Amino acid sequence: MSGRSLRGTVAVVGVGETDYCRHGQAPEPEFVLCLKAILAACRDAGVDPVEIDGFASYSNDRNNPPSLATALGVRELRFSNMQWEGGGGGGAGAMANAAAAIAGGLADCVVVYRALAQGQFGRFGQGPQARTVSSDLALTVPYGQMSPAQWYAPKVIRFMHEHGIGQAPLRAIALASYHHAQSNPRAVMYGRPLTEAAYDASRWITEPFHLYDCCQENDGAAALIMVSAERAKDLMQTPAYVLGAAIGAGFRVHSTPAGFATPDLASSHFKTLAPRLYQMAGVGPADVDVVQCYENFTGGVLMALVEHGFFAPDQAMEFVTPENLLAPGGKLPLNTSGGNLAECYMHGLELQIEAVRQLRGQSTSPVPDVNVSLAVAGPMVTPVSTVLFGSEATL
Amino acid sequence: MSQTYLPPGLPIPVPERNGLSAPFWEGLREERLRVQRNPATGLYQWPPQWIAYDTHTFDIEWVDVAPRGLIYSWTRVWHPVHPALRDAGPYLVVVVEMPHAGDVRMLGNLLGDPSQQVRIGAEVEGVFEHHPGAEPPFSLLQWRVTGAA
Repeated sequence: MSGRSLRGTVAVVGVGETDYCRHGQAPEPEFVLCLKAILAACRDAGVDPVEIDGFASYSNDRNNPPSLATALGVRELRFSNMQWEGGGGGGAGAMANAAAAIAGGLADCVVVYRALAQGQFGRFGQGPQARTVSSDLALTVPYGQMSPAQWYAPKVIRFMHEHGIGQAPLRAIALASYHHAQSNPRAVMYGRPLTEAAYDASRWITEPFHLYDCCQENDGAAALIMVSAERAKDLMQTPAYVLGAAIGAGFRVHSTPAGFATPDLASSHFKTLAPRLYQMAGVGPADVDVVQCYENFTGGVLMALVEHGFFAPDQAMEFVTPENLLAPGGKLPLNTSGGNLAECYMHGLELQIEAVRQLRGQSTSPVPDVNVSLAVAGPMVTPVSTVLFGSEATL
Repeated sequence: MSQTYLPPGLPIPVPERNGLSAPFWEGLREERLRVQRNPATGLYQWPPQWIAYDTHTFDIEWVDVAPRGLIYSWTRVWHPVHPALRDAGPYLVVVVEMPHAGDVRMLGNLLGDPSQQVRIGAEVEGVFEHHPGAEPPFSLLQWRVTGAA
């Protein structure tokens, strides 16, 4: 292999977010939320916002770099980047794109951001209201399969079928997110704990997903500031170095409406990414201290954890228990801010922030002595993406 | 008892303006299931594409295949996300694999009792569901477990 790598070249030096709220309850326009998150991340880093020279986002974020650069008075725009397709699966990809731009000399100070005010635009969880549908949508919508939960459920059912997996691992993933949210005052579900009994009694959305297997829909904004490793040493926060990153999917993974046709249906689509991630990072699954994994639906988290090498599918029933997933002492502390399920559905960018906070020792559910912190974006879509952050000790 | 599995009012499937999938939708109206095949290699392809992914030919044929297969996966939908489905649930969606057509997969509803236990691997046969009163009219391909009434 060539020596091309992001390892240790770039660091996250600032993180920030607005207040998180239920969908439709954003007190301000989405663009204002976006600006406020960026300013918060700059304050956290000790970076003057006019020094930002690059912008990276994903999922067709509506707040475009030229508008942001103009509004903020940035001196020079050098990088204007959108991770193409995959919705929330692009979160780690946006981080990787920003890191690549810095490592490659295109830009010096890149902000990765995402803003959502679903009340001001459309919601993700509603079906299409158009009179006609064409192309891939025409193959599913007339059969009543028209929301993300409905599109991804057959992938999870097939995976559970192939490996003899019951509902308990999905429940454990939901319980872990809600448990961690109870320590996180930012979390929309702060003060609203979830019990096993409440999970079991909750209504089905579409089998195998109960209500609590599904992400929230929220309003807010989040941002992270990235600079070169050299620059990071002079700033305010403990740097979270990028150890490795990977973007993509395997063979002929169809975009979401036609996902039923993907040859490897029972997959979160990290099988080809995880080996590249670990090779670049120079670490393996056993070295990972804490995991943030995008929960669109818990079943996708389950497959993503398998494909990142933390356990074999046939061990899922035994391994994926609440005890193993909880900070500080679990074998694989997962979604320690509450994640998409219980902190906020900031389209997974809150998970990138939490991965950084764990390395800094600033999580509200801290895992002791974190050196390697994983943040996974968007299981079951294409392209998906994944990133590993490390402490200075890992370099 | 409605003549269609789901109530009317859902978006109507129509071919793209460029006509890529028109042979499929026209076929369903004539109770024929047609999918794409590369005439040179016999590679089946679904959903439709402009190009065959094995040889990169644009010369792709549409062939009739028997509407039968095996349940590959499924979901039972309880929470409606469209106004037309407000009182329709629960309903069953199945992914059907067709081993006699290169393992291409179709998606449809599984007819019969929506509370039935669905078995992955079960043999199913296609049932053409016509919507002649829609504007424009269209047909869907539904599925039922082979041998079931």
